[in-house]
Amino acid sequence: MATPLVVFENVVKRFDEFVAVKRMNFEIREGEFLAFMGPSGCGKTTTLRMLAGLEQPTEGDIRLAGKSLLGVKPHERDTPMVWQSLALFPFLNARENVEFGLKMRGQDSTTRRKKAQDWLERLGIGEFAERDVNSLSGGQRQRVALARALVTEPKILLLDEPLSALDAHLVIRMQGVLTKLQRELGITFVYVTHSQSEAFAMADRVVIMSKGEISQIGSSRDIYRTPANRFVAEFVGRNNIFTGTVNATGAINTPAGSFEVDTKAEAGANVSFVVAADVVSLAVEKPKVRNVFTAQLISEEFVGSMVTLFLEAAGGMEVKLQIQERALEGLPREPGQQFFLSFDPAHAHVLKG
Amino acid sequence: MRDDTVLRWSLRVYTAVIFVFIFAPIAASLVFSFNSDRFPSIPLGTFTTQWYAKAFSNPEVWDAALRSVIVSVSSAVLATIIGFSAAYTDYRYEFFGKKAFLVLALLPPTIPLIIFALATLGWLSMFQASGMMISVIIAHTVLCAPFAMAVIRLRLNQMDPNLEPAAWNLGASEWVTMKSVVLPFTRPSIAAALCLTAAVSFDEFAVAWFVSGLNKTVPVMILEILTGNIDPQINAIGTAVFMVSITLVVIAQVLIMGRRPKPESA
Repeated sequence: MATPLVVFENVVKRFDEFVAVKRMNFEIREGEFLAFMGPSGCGKTTTLRMLAGLEQPTEGDIRLAGKSLLGVKPHERDTPMVWQSLALFPFLNARENVEFGLKMRGQDSTTRRKKAQDWLERLGIGEFAERDVNSLSGGQRQRVALARALVTEPKILLLDEPLSALDAHLVIRMQGVLTKLQRELGITFVYVTHSQSEAFAMADRVVIMSKGEISQIGSSRDIYRTPANRFVAEFVGRNNIFTGTVNATGAINTPAGSFEVDTKAEAGANVSFVVAADVVSLAVEKPKVRNVFTAQLISEEFVGSMVTLFLEAAGGMEVKLQIQERALEGLPREPGQQFFLSFDPAHAHVLKG
Repeated sequence: MRDDTVLRWSLRVYTAVIFVFIFAPIAASLVFSFNSDRFPSIPLGTFTTQWYAKAFSNPEVWDAALRSVIVSVSSAVLATIIGFSAAYTDYRYEFFGKKAFLVLALLPPTIPLIIFALATLGWLSMFQASGMMISVIIAHTVLCAPFAMAVIRLRLNQMDPNLEPAAWNLGASEWVTMKSVVLPFTRPSIAAALCLTAAVSFDEFAVAWFVSGLNKTVPVMILEILTGNIDPQINAIGTAVFMVSITLVVIAQVLIMGRRPKPESA
């Protein structure tokens, strides 16, 4: 697990004046499922394309299994990719699409045919082997694309927003297919997405990128609970960010109230901290705990058995609160209703910078 | 509702009138090619195939036909190769002066034919290359390449920009990708371009007349027969030429239309 399969060393990518990737250093471990996530234009796709050899780094070095990839043509690398547009060859049927990589490696037609068929079976679309790829459904085409990339038994698979064109229910199904495959094959998956739910659901580690830089690398849990900076905290979305100044007693004065959090900042310093939406408690009567503040209910949103409440605290600050729908039974829930909110100081995470 | 009906019918009539306008002379030529009278007049005489028999027994007609076939096939092949290269350059590369390159590449058909013909004659004469069959082939290649380029470009523009990278990614070098991805993808448009340019060359008169010298193609020969006397053979030959061209054009159209990308099913 610990051996780095890919190393990015001081990698910079510039397109004319535009800096797509700013001095990037990181490692991809062998056998891990790594997801790159960030808003469009953050450099995540460029990073993936550099790994595939479709872009050359302006500076720095990329090593795969210890060997530098500088100057290695895309077709000389073994870094198959699943494309956002799938990029299936429309003039070939499903099986011929899967055979393509094997054909390029000079394998004979009998072997090719068998391997391709095996992979299509494995992904549950064996019966469509002879079908025109244009006549297949989105999910089936997706599986053809996967089989085409995996048939050559690579050590690493690159995936560029492969699920973004699918319907919501298919996305969940394909997430299952992908995680299962990755575990069974034990190979490294490098997955680029702008979808937090995809990244958090599948990846062992998530890389959050912003403006060509890595903001944070860590497990989904780390990123959710302890965002490295304001950008990550905001990008992850289900966070409440409080900003204020440290007062004489060491508590932080914010527009929403004064809170005790674990910070070494001195009195007078500006501090931001994050409280995740699911660690905020709610009550109608004022509870006898620390860090209590009041807020009015604005609206609510159902996500399955969970409900997200949107409230407004003093100073116009919006507070998000995620809670089991059952826990709200019997509570008044009209908009404008005042609640007492609170959080444990241990659950507040102070942001750097 | 009524307005719609009126509009729909006026459009139909309008279209029909245009078609009559375009095809009436050709239809007349077709009718008179089977008419026994020496002069094209109404009422018609009796049905006859004698003009076809006469034309087809004339060795000069066969010479010209053979020459026309060689010229149109050669220039179609050359024009399609050049057209493909230009279209692919446009698709694949960004470079300084690309707009100018495109304008120049598509320019030849916009030049008045007479000017184009004269210029070509002057140019080829400088190299003692006029009056030969190869002269007509060169001239027609220049004239036809933009058509080939336009047709192939249409198809290339439908190609997923990731299709070539996907092939490289799977281990195909750029040349192998050209052979195993780009050519198969553009094949229908290449066939269409071949048919279309062959038709343009087969029909083309002005340039051929200037540069062909004694190596007359069919359209040049038709004019020469016409200037001598009125001969219903012309109707027969003209009808045959028209049939060849329209067949090529129809094949080209079918190939272009037939491969529209199917709607992506999600």
